[in-house]
Amino acid sequence: MYNPTVARLTYRALLGRRRALILFSLPALLIVISIAIRLMTGADDATADAILGGFALSVMVPLIGVIAGTGAIGPEIDDGSVVYLLAKPVKRPTIIVTKLFVAVGVTMAFSAIPTLIAGLILNGNSQGIASAYTSAAAMASIAYSAIFLLLGTVTRHAVVAGLVYALVWESVFGTYVSGARQLSVQQWSLAAAEKIGQGDVITSDVGLPVAVVLLVGVTVAATWYAGQKLRGLTLAGEE
Amino acid sequence: MSPKTQAGDAPGARQAPRGAAPAADVIHNIGYRHYDGPRLGRAYARRSLFSQSLRGAYGLGRSAKSKVLPMLLVGVMCLPAGIIVAVAVATKTDELPVEYTRYAIILQAVIGLFVAAQAPQSVSRDLRFKTVPLYFSRPIETTDYVVAKFAAMASAIFLLTATPVLILYVGALLGKLDFVDQTKGFAQGMLSVALLSLLFAGIGLVIAALTPRRGFGVAAVIAVLTISYGAVSVMQGIADEQGETGAIEWIGLFSPITLIDGIGSAFLGATSAAPGQFGPDAAVGVVYLLVYAVLVAGAYGLLVRRYRKVGL
Repeated sequence: MYNPTVARLTYRALLGRRRALILFSLPALLIVISIAIRLMTGADDATADAILGGFALSVMVPLIGVIAGTGAIGPEIDDGSVVYLLAKPVKRPTIIVTKLFVAVGVTMAFSAIPTLIAGLILNGNSQGIASAYTSAAAMASIAYSAIFLLLGTVTRHAVVAGLVYALVWESVFGTYVSGARQLSVQQWSLAAAEKIGQGDVITSDVGLPVAVVLLVGVTVAATWYAGQKLRGLTLAGEE
Repeated sequence: MSPKTQAGDAPGARQAPRGAAPAADVIHNIGYRHYDGPRLGRAYARRSLFSQSLRGAYGLGRSAKSKVLPMLLVGVMCLPAGIIVAVAVATKTDELPVEYTRYAIILQAVIGLFVAAQAPQSVSRDLRFKTVPLYFSRPIETTDYVVAKFAAMASAIFLLTATPVLILYVGALLGKLDFVDQTKGFAQGMLSVALLSLLFAGIGLVIAALTPRRGFGVAAVIAVLTISYGAVSVMQGIADEQGETGAIEWIGLFSPITLIDGIGSAFLGATSAAPGQFGPDAAVGVVYLLVYAVLVAGAYGLLVRRYRKVGL
């Protein structure tokens, strides 16, 4: 289920171009902000929670997920070069799983690791906040990558669709409609963070068992369906 | 072998009589006409480019699929305004629950999505399919192209942001709220969304014009808009918690939407959306205006610079 050549090509497509610039600049910004705030205010748990929860997990992780998830397959389908890949004797689900591995790896590397560093800078992992948010970011990376990879195979406007989900559904609806929070990757991963972090700084609207089931279910279902979509992919011209 | 006989041997070419003495070369008149209609010139080309780009931003003249997103966003943008008006009329309040200047700030995610989706649509595809040199083979200059695209994008965003403000105003008048008050608020709201449209169009187009890939352009524009806002609002929240309220107005300079919000609260009588409503006063407001002017002018300058070389 893993093809090293496909993986290598995907890595190069993701990190070789200016796309990498966004991927590098977002974590850099997080760390710069963390350093600035630590210098301004000193170590403080509520501040660390505000930054890691309000910026890292809710803005940075979905954005990196969109870029890595759709970027793993979207451009290839867009410019038609995916036919050369599909013409090889490699199973389509294998291609999807390989690309998922790469997308998850890239998203984790650029979101979970900076979250950990930022958390350590902000309050030195007091109350386990840094490690809680790091594992939340890592879990969210998996689900986001699978969902956005699926979007990449379903629509040519995958980036916009992914952003609508990440920004409108999770941020706007999630703030006003409590039901929307049940169906949000961010809340599912927060459920894990709630369990790991000590004290009651981090809260989630979803219970941990439900969250884990949904997280795994969505990831598997999205990957399976993406494989199916790729089996019957039609290449259309520019709208 | 002379070039002439070679041409005669080519398949499909007109058969030249073989062996005969080579006839004198002749250009046949096959009836091409000169164009002697009116030449419409630069201004016309610029106007056409403007209207095409503006229509394109809403998917008019394009496929049904590309109308879905912009129309959906217009709907999402206007719906809350309709609800607000309905509630205000039904409960007979004497002022609207949301200020005119505040409305666009609340729905900034929708505006951001619109800019991110439509700015690359407007410029990236010209770069990708290398049609930019074709534009410049017409009697337009670099500045004409940039001005037309800039104006079209700003007008598209203005339509998106001004329509709900208009709905609020009309609803307020129908609900017999105070005319002078409402008109003043409406004018301030219009001015604020006009400023917002120019700024967002500039930022969106500059980023989109850097890349021929639409998907990447979309991600880059939204990243700049939401990341800057996310970072600024978190920093402002922390500054507020720590009691360093003096810093809030200065932090607000670093994201487009808080910049507009700051100008609104300094000069247009808006209540600041910043935590604790610590918006800038008139003195700091001048700095906001200055930054705003630099950003818009800078966006225009960068676009002109980009298109001076691109694709040629």
